[in-house]
Amino acid sequence: MSNGILTPPVGPEDHVQGSDHAPVTLVEYGDFECPHCGRAHAVVQQLQRELGDALRFVFRNFPLREAHPHAEHAAEAAESVASRGGDNAFWEMHDLMFENQEALDDEDLAAYAEASGVNPAPVREDLAAGAMAGRVHRDFRSGVRSGVNGTPTFFVNGQRYDGNWADAARFAADLLALARTTAAR
Amino acid sequence: MLVFYPADWSPVCGDQIGVYNEMKAEFDEYRAQLLGISVDGAWCHRAFGEARHIHFPLLADFEPKGDVSRRYGAYREKDGFSERALVVIDAEGVVQWSYLSPVGVNPGADGIVAALDALTPEQRGERAAASQGVTGHE
Repeated sequence: MSNGILTPPVGPEDHVQGSDHAPVTLVEYGDFECPHCGRAHAVVQQLQRELGDALRFVFRNFPLREAHPHAEHAAEAAESVASRGGDNAFWEMHDLMFENQEALDDEDLAAYAEASGVNPAPVREDLAAGAMAGRVHRDFRSGVRSGVNGTPTFFVNGQRYDGNWADAARFAADLLALARTTAAR
Repeated sequence: MLVFYPADWSPVCGDQIGVYNEMKAEFDEYRAQLLGISVDGAWCHRAFGEARHIHFPLLADFEPKGDVSRRYGAYREKDGFSERALVVIDAEGVVQWSYLSPVGVNPGADGIVAALDALTPEQRGERAAASQGVTGHE
Protein backbone atom coordinates (compact mmCIF):
# COMPACT_ATOMS: atom_id res chain seq x y z
CA MET A 1 0.00 0.00 0.00
CA SER A 2 1.00 3.63 -0.29
CA ASN A 3 1.85 4.13 3.34
CA GLY A 4 2.03 7.78 4.30
CA ILE A 5 3.50 9.16 1.05
CA LEU A 6 2.73 12.82 0.33
CA THR A 7 0.38 12.85 -2.69
CA PRO A 8 0.71 15.07 -4.68
CA PRO A 9 4.19 16.41 -3.89
CA VAL A 10 4.72 20.09 -3.08
CA GLY A 11 3.83 22.17 -6.11
CA PRO A 12 3.06 25.70 -7.32
CA GLU A 13 -0.42 25.68 -5.73
CA ASP A 14 1.03 25.29 -2.24
CA HIS A 15 1.66 27.98 0.37
CA VAL A 16 5.40 27.90 1.01
CA GLN A 17 7.79 29.52 3.49
CA GLY A 18 11.51 29.15 2.81
CA SER A 19 13.70 28.27 -0.14
CA ASP A 20 12.83 25.70 -2.82
CA HIS A 21 16.47 24.59 -2.47
CA ALA A 22 16.21 23.77 1.25
CA PRO A 23 17.31 20.20 1.99
CA VAL A 24 14.30 19.59 4.27
CA THR A 25 10.66 20.19 3.34
CA LEU A 26 8.09 19.99 6.14
CA VAL A 27 4.43 19.81 5.13
CA GLU A 28 1.69 20.23 7.74
CA TYR A 29 -1.93 19.19 7.23
CA GLY A 30 -3.71 21.31 9.80
CA ASP A 31 -7.00 22.68 11.08
CA PHE A 32 -7.04 26.29 12.35
CA GLU A 33 -9.47 25.44 15.17
CA CYS A 34 -7.70 22.28 16.35
CA PRO A 35 -5.96 22.93 19.69
CA HIS A 36 -3.20 20.42 18.86
CA CYS A 37 -2.46 22.38 15.69
CA GLY A 38 -2.33 25.51 17.82
CA ARG A 39 0.39 23.91 19.93
CA ALA A 40 2.10 22.61 16.79
CA HIS A 41 2.25 26.19 15.47
CA ALA A 42 4.76 27.05 18.21
CA VAL A 43 6.70 23.85 17.44
CA VAL A 44 6.93 24.76 13.75
CA GLN A 45 8.18 28.25 14.63
CA GLN A 46 10.88 26.68 16.81
CA LEU A 47 11.87 24.34 13.96
CA GLN A 48 12.09 27.31 11.58
CA ARG A 49 14.38 29.14 14.04
CA GLU A 50 16.63 26.13 14.55
CA LEU A 51 16.90 25.03 10.92
CA GLY A 52 16.86 28.44 9.28
CA ASP A 53 17.54 28.22 5.54
CA ALA A 54 17.65 24.42 5.71
CA LEU A 55 13.86 24.23 6.14
CA ARG A 56 11.03 24.83 3.70
CA PHE A 57 7.58 24.80 5.33
CA VAL A 58 4.25 24.14 3.57
CA PHE A 59 0.73 24.32 5.05
CA ARG A 60 -2.22 22.39 3.61
CA ASN A 61 -5.80 22.55 4.88
CA PHE A 62 -7.38 19.62 6.68
CA PRO A 63 -10.46 21.03 8.44
CA LEU A 64 -12.28 18.55 10.69
CA ARG A 65 -15.71 20.06 10.21
CA GLU A 66 -17.55 17.70 12.53
CA ALA A 67 -15.19 18.36 15.42
CA HIS A 68 -14.63 22.09 14.84
CA PRO A 69 -17.52 24.28 13.66
CA HIS A 70 -15.30 27.19 12.51
CA ALA A 71 -12.58 25.12 10.85
CA GLU A 72 -14.01 25.11 7.33
CA HIS A 73 -14.57 28.87 7.13
CA ALA A 74 -11.19 29.55 8.71
CA ALA A 75 -9.54 27.47 5.97
CA GLU A 76 -11.62 29.15 3.24
CA ALA A 77 -10.77 32.59 4.66
CA ALA A 78 -7.06 31.77 4.54
CA GLU A 79 -7.39 30.75 0.88
CA SER A 80 -9.43 33.83 0.07
CA VAL A 81 -6.75 36.03 1.65
CA ALA A 82 -4.05 34.16 -0.30
CA SER A 83 -5.89 34.59 -3.60
CA ARG A 84 -6.15 38.37 -3.03
CA GLY A 85 -3.00 39.20 -1.10
CA GLY A 86 -0.56 36.47 -2.06
CA ASP A 87 1.46 34.16 0.15
CA ASN A 88 2.69 36.91 2.51
CA ALA A 89 -0.90 37.74 3.41
CA PHE A 90 -1.70 34.04 3.73
CA TRP A 91 1.02 33.54 6.33
CA GLU A 92 -0.10 36.63 8.27
CA MET A 93 -3.62 35.18 8.31
CA HIS A 94 -2.33 31.73 9.23
CA ASP A 95 -0.42 33.10 12.23
CA LEU A 96 -3.29 35.32 13.41
CA MET A 97 -5.77 32.42 13.39
CA PHE A 98 -3.46 30.07 15.28
CA GLU A 99 -2.78 32.80 17.84
CA ASN A 100 -6.51 33.49 18.30
CA GLN A 101 -8.11 30.06 18.04
CA GLU A 102 -10.84 30.92 20.53
CA ALA A 103 -12.17 33.69 18.21
CA LEU A 104 -12.78 32.32 14.71
CA ASP A 105 -16.30 33.33 13.75
CA ASP A 106 -16.86 35.06 10.40
CA GLU A 107 -16.49 38.56 11.88
CA ASP A 108 -13.21 37.58 13.52
CA LEU A 109 -11.98 36.10 10.23
CA ALA A 110 -12.83 39.33 8.37
CA ALA A 111 -10.88 41.32 10.99
CA TYR A 112 -7.84 39.03 10.62
CA ALA A 113 -8.06 39.36 6.83
CA GLU A 114 -7.94 43.15 7.20
CA ALA A 115 -5.01 42.88 9.63
CA SER A 116 -3.27 40.74 6.99
CA GLY A 117 -3.55 43.62 4.53
CA VAL A 118 -6.53 42.40 2.51
CA ASN A 119 -9.87 44.17 2.00
CA PRO A 120 -12.28 42.14 4.18
CA ALA A 121 -15.41 42.74 2.06
CA PRO A 122 -14.56 40.29 -0.76
CA VAL A 123 -13.32 37.78 1.82
CA ARG A 124 -16.76 37.91 3.45
CA GLU A 125 -18.34 37.41 0.01
CA ASP A 126 -16.08 34.42 -0.68
CA LEU A 127 -17.14 32.85 2.64
CA ALA A 128 -20.84 33.44 1.95
CA ALA A 129 -20.55 31.97 -1.56
CA GLY A 130 -18.26 29.09 -0.60
CA ALA A 131 -15.93 30.33 -3.33
CA MET A 132 -12.86 28.67 -1.77
CA ALA A 133 -14.56 25.43 -0.71
CA GLY A 134 -13.22 23.57 -3.74
CA ARG A 135 -9.66 24.71 -3.04
CA VAL A 136 -9.93 23.59 0.60
CA HIS A 137 -11.47 20.28 -0.38
CA ARG A 138 -8.65 19.62 -2.82
CA ASP A 139 -6.21 19.92 0.08
CA PHE A 140 -8.42 17.65 2.19
CA ARG A 141 -8.56 14.96 -0.52
CA SER A 142 -4.81 15.09 -0.99
CA GLY A 143 -4.46 14.59 2.77
CA VAL A 144 -6.68 11.52 2.64
CA ARG A 145 -4.59 10.09 -0.22
CA SER A 146 -1.40 10.90 1.66
CA GLY A 147 -2.41 9.03 4.82
CA VAL A 148 -3.28 11.92 7.14
CA ASN A 149 -4.29 10.22 10.39
CA GLY A 150 -5.32 13.16 12.51
CA THR A 151 -4.50 16.83 12.92
CA PRO A 152 -1.83 17.92 12.72
CA THR A 153 -0.11 15.38 10.46
CA PHE A 154 3.39 16.23 9.25
CA PHE A 155 5.30 14.99 6.20
CA VAL A 156 9.08 15.27 6.07
CA ASN A 157 10.53 15.17 2.55
CA GLY A 158 7.38 13.45 1.36
CA GLN A 159 7.09 10.78 4.06
CA ARG A 160 4.63 10.91 6.97
CA TYR A 161 6.37 11.73 10.26
CA ASP A 162 5.18 9.14 12.78
CA GLY A 163 7.36 10.46 15.60
CA ASN A 164 5.97 12.65 18.36
CA TRP A 165 5.83 16.18 16.91
CA ALA A 166 5.09 17.62 20.36
CA ASP A 167 8.67 16.77 21.38
CA ALA A 168 10.10 19.81 19.62
CA ALA A 169 13.73 19.15 20.58
CA ARG A 170 13.60 15.63 19.18
CA PHE A 171 11.72 16.76 16.05
CA ALA A 172 14.36 19.45 15.43
CA ALA A 173 17.18 16.93 15.94
CA ASP A 174 15.56 14.54 13.42
CA LEU A 175 15.24 17.32 10.86
CA LEU A 176 18.76 18.64 11.44
CA ALA A 177 20.19 15.14 10.94
CA LEU A 178 18.21 14.83 7.73
CA ALA A 179 19.39 18.26 6.57
CA ARG A 180 23.02 17.19 7.05
CA THR A 181 22.69 13.89 5.19
CA THR A 182 20.65 15.46 2.38
CA ALA A 183 23.04 18.38 1.95
CA ALA A 184 26.04 15.98 1.93
CA ARG A 185 24.67 13.99 -1.00
CA MET B 1 -14.97 -1.39 5.47
CA LEU B 2 -14.23 -2.51 9.00
CA VAL B 3 -12.15 -0.33 11.28
CA PHE B 4 -10.96 -2.10 14.43
CA TYR B 5 -9.64 0.33 17.06
CA PRO B 6 -8.62 0.05 20.72
CA ALA B 7 -11.17 2.26 22.44
CA ASP B 8 -13.57 5.20 22.30
CA TRP B 9 -12.52 8.49 23.92
CA SER B 10 -9.00 8.72 22.65
CA PRO B 11 -7.48 11.93 24.03
CA VAL B 12 -7.04 13.66 20.68
CA CYS B 13 -9.82 15.37 18.73
CA GLY B 14 -8.47 14.73 15.28
CA ASP B 15 -7.42 11.10 15.30
CA GLN B 16 -8.07 8.34 12.77
CA ILE B 17 -11.78 8.02 13.66
CA GLY B 18 -12.20 11.78 13.30
CA VAL B 19 -10.58 11.67 9.87
CA TYR B 20 -12.77 8.82 8.60
CA ASN B 21 -15.79 10.67 9.96
CA GLU B 22 -15.12 13.52 7.54
CA MET B 23 -15.00 11.16 4.56
CA LYS B 24 -18.63 10.12 4.14
CA ALA B 25 -18.92 11.83 0.73
CA GLU B 26 -15.74 10.10 -0.50
CA PHE B 27 -16.91 6.68 0.69
CA ASP B 28 -20.40 7.25 -0.74
CA GLU B 29 -18.82 7.64 -4.19
CA TYR B 30 -17.62 4.05 -3.87
CA ARG B 31 -20.95 2.97 -2.35
CA ALA B 32 -18.87 1.75 0.57
CA GLN B 33 -20.05 1.61 4.19
CA LEU B 34 -17.73 2.12 7.13
CA LEU B 35 -18.21 0.24 10.43
CA GLY B 36 -16.12 0.91 13.53
CA ILE B 37 -15.52 -1.94 15.98
CA SER B 38 -14.08 -1.89 19.49
CA VAL B 39 -14.72 -3.73 22.76
CA ASP B 40 -16.55 -0.72 24.20
CA GLY B 41 -20.20 -1.34 25.10
CA ALA B 42 -23.18 -0.04 23.14
CA TRP B 43 -23.92 2.79 25.62
CA CYS B 44 -20.32 3.92 25.56
CA HIS B 45 -20.42 3.96 21.75
CA ARG B 46 -23.64 5.96 21.82
CA ALA B 47 -22.16 8.62 24.10
CA PHE B 48 -18.94 8.75 22.07
CA GLY B 49 -20.80 8.91 18.76
CA GLU B 50 -23.03 11.76 19.97
CA ALA B 51 -20.15 13.73 21.48
CA ARG B 52 -17.98 13.49 18.37
CA HIS B 53 -20.82 13.58 15.78
CA ILE B 54 -19.74 10.22 14.37
CA HIS B 55 -21.63 9.48 11.14
CA PHE B 56 -21.00 5.75 10.86
CA PRO B 57 -22.10 2.85 13.07
CA LEU B 58 -19.89 1.82 15.97
CA LEU B 59 -20.22 -1.89 16.77
CA ALA B 60 -19.69 -3.30 20.26
CA ASP B 61 -17.42 -6.37 20.28
CA PHE B 62 -18.37 -6.70 23.92
CA GLU B 63 -19.98 -10.11 24.52
CA PRO B 64 -18.30 -12.51 24.02
CA LYS B 65 -15.58 -9.92 24.42
CA GLY B 66 -13.32 -9.49 21.39
CA ASP B 67 -14.86 -12.42 19.50
CA VAL B 68 -15.20 -10.62 16.16
CA SER B 69 -11.81 -8.91 16.47
CA ARG B 70 -10.19 -12.29 17.24
CA ARG B 71 -11.72 -13.86 14.10
CA TYR B 72 -10.15 -11.12 12.00
CA GLY B 73 -6.79 -11.53 13.72
CA ALA B 74 -7.15 -8.09 15.22
CA TYR B 75 -7.28 -8.72 18.99
CA ARG B 76 -4.62 -8.04 21.61
CA GLU B 77 -5.15 -10.82 24.14
CA LYS B 78 -2.78 -9.37 26.74
CA ASP B 79 -4.33 -5.92 26.61
CA GLY B 80 -7.95 -6.97 26.18
CA PHE B 81 -8.72 -4.64 23.30
CA SER B 82 -8.63 -4.58 19.50
CA GLU B 83 -5.63 -3.72 17.36
CA ARG B 84 -5.78 -0.86 14.89
CA ALA B 85 -6.74 -2.88 11.81
CA LEU B 86 -8.55 -2.11 8.56
CA VAL B 87 -10.50 -4.56 6.38
CA VAL B 88 -12.18 -3.97 3.01
CA ILE B 89 -14.89 -6.54 2.17
CA ASP B 90 -16.41 -6.70 -1.31
CA ALA B 91 -20.03 -7.05 -2.39
CA GLU B 92 -19.71 -10.87 -2.31
CA GLY B 93 -18.49 -10.83 1.29
CA VAL B 94 -14.88 -11.61 0.37
CA VAL B 95 -12.03 -9.81 2.15
CA GLN B 96 -10.18 -7.94 -0.61
CA TRP B 97 -7.68 -6.01 1.52
CA SER B 98 -6.61 -5.81 5.12
CA TYR B 99 -3.99 -3.96 7.10
CA LEU B 100 -2.70 -4.36 10.65
CA SER B 101 -1.16 -1.12 11.84
CA PRO B 102 2.07 -1.13 13.87
CA VAL B 103 1.52 -0.45 17.57
CA GLY B 104 1.22 3.24 18.28
CA VAL B 105 0.66 4.27 14.66
CA ASN B 106 -2.73 5.62 13.61
CA PRO B 107 -3.43 4.40 10.07
CA GLY B 108 -4.80 7.04 7.73
CA ALA B 109 -7.27 6.34 4.94
CA ASP B 110 -4.75 6.13 2.07
CA GLY B 111 -4.71 2.33 2.10
CA ILE B 112 -8.50 2.06 2.26
CA VAL B 113 -8.97 4.44 -0.67
CA ALA B 114 -6.33 2.62 -2.75
CA ALA B 115 -8.07 -0.71 -1.98
CA LEU B 116 -11.46 0.72 -3.00
CA ASP B 117 -9.91 2.02 -6.24
CA ALA B 118 -8.60 -1.48 -6.97
CA LEU B 119 -12.02 -3.19 -6.69
CA THR B 120 -13.55 -4.45 -9.94
CA PRO B 121 -17.12 -3.36 -10.80
CA GLU B 122 -18.32 -6.84 -9.79
CA GLN B 123 -16.56 -6.57 -6.44
CA ARG B 124 -18.23 -3.21 -5.92
CA GLY B 125 -21.58 -4.90 -6.51
CA GLU B 126 -22.33 -2.78 -9.54
CA ARG B 127 -23.54 -5.58 -11.80
CA ALA B 128 -26.10 -6.60 -9.20
CA ALA B 129 -27.05 -2.98 -8.67
CA ALA B 130 -27.44 -2.41 -12.43
CA SER B 131 -29.77 -5.40 -12.77
CA GLN B 132 -31.93 -3.82 -10.07
CA GLY B 133 -32.03 -0.56 -12.00
CA VAL B 134 -29.83 1.28 -9.49
CA THR B 135 -27.28 3.78 -10.77
CA GLY B 136 -23.81 2.52 -9.99
CA HIS B 137 -20.50 4.21 -9.39
CA GLU B 138 -19.48 6.44 -12.26
